[in-house]
Amino acid sequence: MAKLVLDFEKPVIELEQKILEMRKYADNLDIADEITKLEERVNQLRESIFSGLTRWQRVQLARHPDRPYTLDYINLMTEDFVELHGDRYHGDDRAIVGGFGRLEGRTVMIVGQQKGRDTKSNLYRNFGMPNPEGYRKALRLMRLAAKFKKPVITLLDTPGAYPGIEAEERGQAEAIARNLFEMSHLPVPIVVVIIGEGASGGALGIGVGDRILMFENAWYSVIAPESCSSILWRSWDFKEQAAEALKLSAPDLLQQGIIDRIVSEPPGGAHRNHEAAAMTLKNTLLEELKELGKIKPEKLVEKRVEKFCRMGAWKE
Amino acid sequence: MAWFRRSKVNIVSEGPKRDIPDGQWTKCEGCGEIIHRKQLEQSYYTCQKCRYHFRIGSKEYFNLLLDPKSFKETDAKMRSVDPLNFVDTKRYADRLKDSMRKSGLNEAVRTGTAKINGIPIVIACMDFSFIGGSMGSVVGEKVARAIDRALKKKTPLVIISSTGGARMMEAAFSLMQMAKTSAKLAQLSDAGIPYVSVLTDPTTGGVTASYAMLGDVNIAEPGALIGFAGPRVIRQTIGRDLPKGFQRAEFLQEKGFVDVVVHRKELRETITKLLRMFQE
Ligand SMILES: [Zn+2]
Repeated sequence: MAKLVLDFEKPVIELEQKILEMRKYADNLDIADEITKLEERVNQLRESIFSGLTRWQRVQLARHPDRPYTLDYINLMTEDFVELHGDRYHGDDRAIVGGFGRLEGRTVMIVGQQKGRDTKSNLYRNFGMPNPEGYRKALRLMRLAAKFKKPVITLLDTPGAYPGIEAEERGQAEAIARNLFEMSHLPVPIVVVIIGEGASGGALGIGVGDRILMFENAWYSVIAPESCSSILWRSWDFKEQAAEALKLSAPDLLQQGIIDRIVSEPPGGAHRNHEAAAMTLKNTLLEELKELGKIKPEKLVEKRVEKFCRMGAWKE
Repeated sequence: MAWFRRSKVNIVSEGPKRDIPDGQWTKCEGCGEIIHRKQLEQSYYTCQKCRYHFRIGSKEYFNLLLDPKSFKETDAKMRSVDPLNFVDTKRYADRLKDSMRKSGLNEAVRTGTAKINGIPIVIACMDFSFIGGSMGSVVGEKVARAIDRALKKKTPLVIISSTGGARMMEAAFSLMQMAKTSAKLAQLSDAGIPYVSVLTDPTTGGVTASYAMLGDVNIAEPGALIGFAGPRVIRQTIGRDLPKGFQRAEFLQEKGFVDVVVHRKELRETITKLLRMFQE
């Protein structure tokens, strides 16, 4: 299978392949020493590349087709997951999935945007771009969680809400607005995780919560760098500059007070080791849910509103 | 000499620019009629021939809707600070300065307390002339405080939107204003206080996907462009032309997202009627 290798990943992956090949002939002790040395070198190389990633490089990692998606996390983190479909009004949006499952024995509602990995699955998932019925399904499921007093986990990973004729006819704006409104006072804990791409209102439409977590190489902003480039620079060629200007990386957002916590990724990025990424997320979620579970619903909602009210910068 | 002057095209605007020109005569964008400034003022800045609604700002809306001298502006001095040191082809800090100078405004929304036919209200009105009526931290914060004031005073809230959406130059801060304003509106709603949202041309993007669509009653002006994605983006995505009247106020009413399309000359009376009935 031909896997996508990003330019900046190449030196690491080439070395790793060399090590793999050498292992085949590793009966010889001399080579074992050599392998150990090479492994040290590859670790150093990886460390130096990944500690100096540009914002655009992180955007590329966030979009890597091998990156774990919502259903991958659900499969790796939960037991007894039952996917629940449909918004009860129009249909089932396959760009948003959700359902009840158990996280270390504890029932949770997980809702997330779902991308596809190849052309066929991307068409099926509409490239992870939800229609209004997706947001309405998400809201239905979150209300269901509230009814049974179960916490909600949302996983954000979308290039944006779908900009189509039918999406507008069915009220894309209203669907997103309604979710922001309802999520802000849902009386159960909500933990939001940006796992890949957090593009604009399409991502935020399931992104209001008590704790906002973000994977190390995810991005989150008001607009995708390419679109920002096309509008402000009037050309598609300034995506790198746009990514820098938007300050859309996890460390940026932590500093801006928009997210609460960065979830670290396995060496080389989440796409290199789904299991490790999922285990880190699972443990982080369990910690967060434990803390949030101690807070009374009214207090939770009050703090949630205050949290979003603090966001922004102005002078008077 | 031209009959009328057009101001510079704004970065987030869609379609032709329709601000009121400074000259005495204006050409109607709807039917081409040449209208005198005085006549335009008397007809609520609409064309008497074709009902075309000219784009106006907060100053004009406050004059048209509110009881004389009842408007007390709040948070008038709040300003943007360029938290990300954002630079594209121009520094955001310079864009802000230019916009302030050209528009005579401090930001893209003005808020205050006022009376409409004797009913005390809290009002917010956006100005498209300030960076395309885009929502950054200041717009979000001023709207949130307006909602707080309505909560505290237990008076109805009216918000008039005119916007291209969230402001790119404040990136994630702008995005979060959608959550902030919607969360505040949920509190207002829980307290049983009415909120009338007025959508004017254009109302798109992050503002539509937050407070503009969340009115207990959503009122739109005739012909106003209202949507989430802009028409150009949709055209690019689907690769074909959009149907006639798509994303216009009447279309939104037909699809069930706007309660009523109201001619600007009836806006004051319609809001008054509703607020009176809510209060009885
Ligand atoms: Zn006309």
